[in-house]
Amino acid sequence: MGKNQGNKGIMIDYDAIANQESFKALVRKKKSFLWSMTVFFLAAYMLLPILTSFTKVLHQKAFGEITWVWVYSAGLFIMTWCLCHLYVAKANSFDKEAKAIIAEYENGGGSR
Amino acid sequence: MNNGMSFTAIFFFVAIVGLTLVITWWASKRTSSASDFYTAGGGLTGWQNGLAIAGDYLSAASFLGIAGAVALFGFDGFFFSIGYLVAYLVVLYIVAEPLRNLGKFTLADMITARFDSSKVRGTAALSTITIVLFYMIAQLVGAGALIQLLLGIDYWVAVLIVGFMMTTYVLFGGMTATSWVQIIKACLLMIGTVIISFLVLKEFGFSIATMFKEMETATDSGAAYLNPGLKYSNGVDTISMLIALVLGTAGLPHILMRFFTVKDAKTARSSVIWATWIVGIFYILTIFLGFGAAKFVGKEDIIAANAAGNMAAPLLAEALGGDILFSFVCAVAFATILAVVAGLVLSGASALSHDIYGQIIKKGKITEKEQVLAARIGSITIAVISILLALGAQTLNVAFLVSLAFCIAGSANLPVIIYTIYWKRFNTAGAITAMLTGLISALVLVAVSPNLWNPVEGKAIFVGDPLIMLTNPAIISVPLGFLGGFIGTLLSKESDAKKYREVDVKANTGISVQDVSH
Repeated sequence: MGKNQGNKGIMIDYDAIANQESFKALVRKKKSFLWSMTVFFLAAYMLLPILTSFTKVLHQKAFGEITWVWVYSAGLFIMTWCLCHLYVAKANSFDKEAKAIIAEYENGGGSR
Repeated sequence: MNNGMSFTAIFFFVAIVGLTLVITWWASKRTSSASDFYTAGGGLTGWQNGLAIAGDYLSAASFLGIAGAVALFGFDGFFFSIGYLVAYLVVLYIVAEPLRNLGKFTLADMITARFDSSKVRGTAALSTITIVLFYMIAQLVGAGALIQLLLGIDYWVAVLIVGFMMTTYVLFGGMTATSWVQIIKACLLMIGTVIISFLVLKEFGFSIATMFKEMETATDSGAAYLNPGLKYSNGVDTISMLIALVLGTAGLPHILMRFFTVKDAKTARSSVIWATWIVGIFYILTIFLGFGAAKFVGKEDIIAANAAGNMAAPLLAEALGGDILFSFVCAVAFATILAVVAGLVLSGASALSHDIYGQIIKKGKITEKEQVLAARIGSITIAVISILLALGAQTLNVAFLVSLAFCIAGSANLPVIIYTIYWKRFNTAGAITAMLTGLISALVLVAVSPNLWNPVEGKAIFVGDPLIMLTNPAIISVPLGFLGGFIGTLLSKESDAKKYREVDVKANTGISVQDVSH
């Protein structure tokens, strides 16, 4: 990592940060959010080929000549955009917590 | 379509070539360090990088390929649009920020941030170069065929022209030139697509309902055109292909590289948002491109111009907007191809010059000047190899090569990325087995697939029965990549919890020495 390798004489004590309760809480929260959403959107996505390949439910007409498969696909597009913005909102709050964690580390053990 | 080039066509082609060369000249003055060359100094803003990601993604396969697939196969062509878009959620949720926080230039940098081993780095570089070459041959073969068709010149001349242009951008302008060529091309492509879509909608009286009603009788497939099943009748194969589309993106080297061109994780995030909106709007418009081509050009004429349907969008432009729009769209398609192959050359060169030469052979003991020189030699090497391969691969099916690149990316790169970031017990042996199992299984499964084998002579490269009936083996090879990494990890006793804590802290906080030194 070039300049990040601490050759300025400052070493980051990663273990100290990893052991902070605040850090553990952030990682837990992040993981449960990221993986539950990932399972959700992958399931919603994979359901499309499963339904179209093995059933005819999406082949029926929904509005005029437009069949449900187009409606479902439009739903996946809207889902993608919504989840993108949900992610940004969540990530911004995670950023604040990460900043607080670094500040806590600097005030606590940063002087070593 | 006439064979000679009109004045407007020449004007647009010359304008695009001129504009990109000016950008390259401007960028060359800003390219002095290795970081400038590979990542534009990490100085792109969110919207710039977002447009560049969209540009990288909207390759000729997307623009020409999906429009053609929708035109010929109705909803089945639209599967690609859906898969390619949802893939961005995988990139955003799982990969983008940890990658930005851990890596420097390449995927191998990110994995070796945890496992400092030249074997791991070498394997990652090998899989990167393999994916880049497959993807690049696909783009070059497609480009050669397209330009041959548009300008009426020989295939090999067309490939050499594209090869020469892409090498020029990368060699002199590095990532700065490549990024700005991408940005401008993404804008031009969107403008062209919006104009054609507007004209198509106008023909249908600006009514989506009317459009669907008319499409029901516009093709010889009747109402079946508006439902899945025209092309993909094997359910498992359809699912397998959709897995490759959604998981492959997060392992594509030239997309991953785009997260090193911004200064921090927050900017990486905002660039994905930009890209997702642009790419999403584009993919919705592929419906209008495809339907419009089927209705106003007609299946017969589309297939007559190119059996795979690649000429659907340009022909539609000609049908609705005359010579000017046709020339504009062809020039944009040309710019699209140039920009994407330039990005690919750069990511291949980074694996060859930075990973293999700089870090493995020279063990990181290399001056800034040598790094830049190595990067330029690496770029030429990758460009020459892919041009030679493309010259010999004229008859290969482009869509198959692209889906293979996605399949390898999802099988070889994604498992190791996920394990490195999220699995504490993961170790060096696991990283190597994950990449090798994914890479080899994807290649072997394709080698025995219907893409290469057909009992009828002339339908595929080899005559005979394929061993598996899957055209895209992602449904087998992606789980194999994960399994290989899992077994490899457990077979080795090595486990470094302290190093994982460091990676975990870096990935989640983006902390670096700068943060605590002030």
